[in-house]
Amino acid sequence: MTLFLDALLTGLTLGGMYALVALGLNLQYGVARILNLSYGEMLIAAAVLAYVLFGLQGLSPLVTLVLVLPLAALVGCAMYSLMLTPLVRRAPNRNALEADSLLGTFGLLFIVQGVMLVLVGGGYLSYSFLAEPVDVLGTTLAANRLLALGMAVVLGLAVWLLLTRTRVGTAIRAVSVDPVSAQLAAIDVTRLAMIAFALGTVLAMIAGVLLSMSMTFSATMGMVFTMKALIVIIMGGIGNMAGAVVAALMLGLVESFVATFIDPALTLAASYALFLLVLLLKPAGLFGKASR
Amino acid sequence: MSAHKIFPGVAIVCAFVALGFAPALGNDYTTSLLITLLLYGVLATAWGLFCGPTGYISLATVAFVGVGAYTVAVLGEQLPWPLVLLVAAGLGALLSFLVGLVTLRLSGTYFVIFTFGLTELLRQLVNWYESTISGSVGRFVFVDASSSSFIYGQLLVLLALVLGLGWWLSRSRLGFALRLIGEDEQAARHCGIDTTRAKLIAFTGTSVFMALAGAIVAPRWTYIDPAIAFNTIVSFQVLIMALLGGLSRFWGPLLGVVPLVLLFETLIRHFPNHFSIVLGVVFLLIVYALPRGVLGWVLERRRLPESTR
Repeated sequence: MTLFLDALLTGLTLGGMYALVALGLNLQYGVARILNLSYGEMLIAAAVLAYVLFGLQGLSPLVTLVLVLPLAALVGCAMYSLMLTPLVRRAPNRNALEADSLLGTFGLLFIVQGVMLVLVGGGYLSYSFLAEPVDVLGTTLAANRLLALGMAVVLGLAVWLLLTRTRVGTAIRAVSVDPVSAQLAAIDVTRLAMIAFALGTVLAMIAGVLLSMSMTFSATMGMVFTMKALIVIIMGGIGNMAGAVVAALMLGLVESFVATFIDPALTLAASYALFLLVLLLKPAGLFGKASR
Repeated sequence: MSAHKIFPGVAIVCAFVALGFAPALGNDYTTSLLITLLLYGVLATAWGLFCGPTGYISLATVAFVGVGAYTVAVLGEQLPWPLVLLVAAGLGALLSFLVGLVTLRLSGTYFVIFTFGLTELLRQLVNWYESTISGSVGRFVFVDASSSSFIYGQLLVLLALVLGLGWWLSRSRLGFALRLIGEDEQAARHCGIDTTRAKLIAFTGTSVFMALAGAIVAPRWTYIDPAIAFNTIVSFQVLIMALLGGLSRFWGPLLGVVPLVLLFETLIRHFPNHFSIVLGVVFLLIVYALPRGVLGWVLERRRLPESTR
């Protein structure tokens, strides 16, 4: 029973983190309709930054968390306006844009990954920050995991409020429902796509700093996070924030139960298997209705 | 047949015969380079035959290569070589048929993601199987078919076959159907084309070549583990070579294979740490500067109609 409770709690914290990781990609993909495959690399870049600053200067990751905000917003804006806008302009149709942007973001993925490999090497990295155990319902969790979970909840709420209570948020939702019709309501879709990219990158980098406190990571792990974020948003339905949270918790639970009761070596396989199943059976997401 | 149709045919046959003698003229290094060229030539051409006309981007290339390589590692010592190749081809066909059956109704991005996920899933599963059930992660490949001239010869034949398939596709009903699917799948369906069937045949057919290529080169590695056999970078390399060459003719990918194999070889020898960066830069260069590949660029210069393929 304690084993079960352990797995349940680990799964829920893991799921909370996946929800946080997926939040930004969901915004980017939902609004700009461009799948940013270098998303995980942004996350890892922030994790590496936190690791390096902590190691060299003893800088608290919480400070890095604040430092990273303007940097991430800038990177997101630059990425959309310099890299993706030319592709959007050039594309004769959706399929061409889809292929071009996938290949372009693949290129960015390899460059960012390559730069990190040169800087910190390919080995596993971790550092110890807020690692004290905390008792939760008779089992223990590291404080940094609880912090990440708490931040996930706060950021999730913030994004939800932004989307439902502000003008920009309403416009973002309008674009994610129908980019063409949104223009009829005098919404500048390109500008919003850029905002979504900036916001998405900010969320990715925050997630990266938070994850770096509690998880071992390496410079080549970006794609794993991109894939997990994709699993979550495709399962939850693209642009559907509530669906993504449910999907993230499911993914976290599946992974922790497989690790506890079957074999820890199979967790990644289990998440890919879950993903492939969802793609096959419900490509529009667990709660989605319309397919693309 | 008119003279200008016979001439290219004769030239190609001569080129292949000349290539057949190439290992004898060079040293071990040139032979190994030629083998790499042929390997990627087969993979990129096979990739282009399905992905070029249909526009479906597959990242599962290395999944089939890995299946071929593992067939050799597991069965290589028990069965005669031709039978091993046959089993590798069969397994590649089976896997690609199953994958195709369930995924080819997925569109665009989802297909890319699925094929990437599939490779990772296979690698994880093989890794798990090897480490927990068979006891060690790697396997040694001991087979008779490991001399480099034999491997070279087999790959040359395989390249000739895949180019032959491409030539046939370029003038057959199936190839026409595939191009129509790439233009507009809905319209293709309305024309009475069984699009799923056409895609399935082409996907399976080209994947068999990838599995065979994996099986043929496996003896060169002497040691394989899941990270080597299912190295996702290979899928990306094949993709980028085919794109650089251009997909508007079946032989287009070959134009990208030669420069990029040479580039990647130099990188691995002299700047192994900067491999990813250069790979990324090549990706961006192609997307922004050469979106239709070398072939597309040349054809545009010569103002030849693209649609004749």
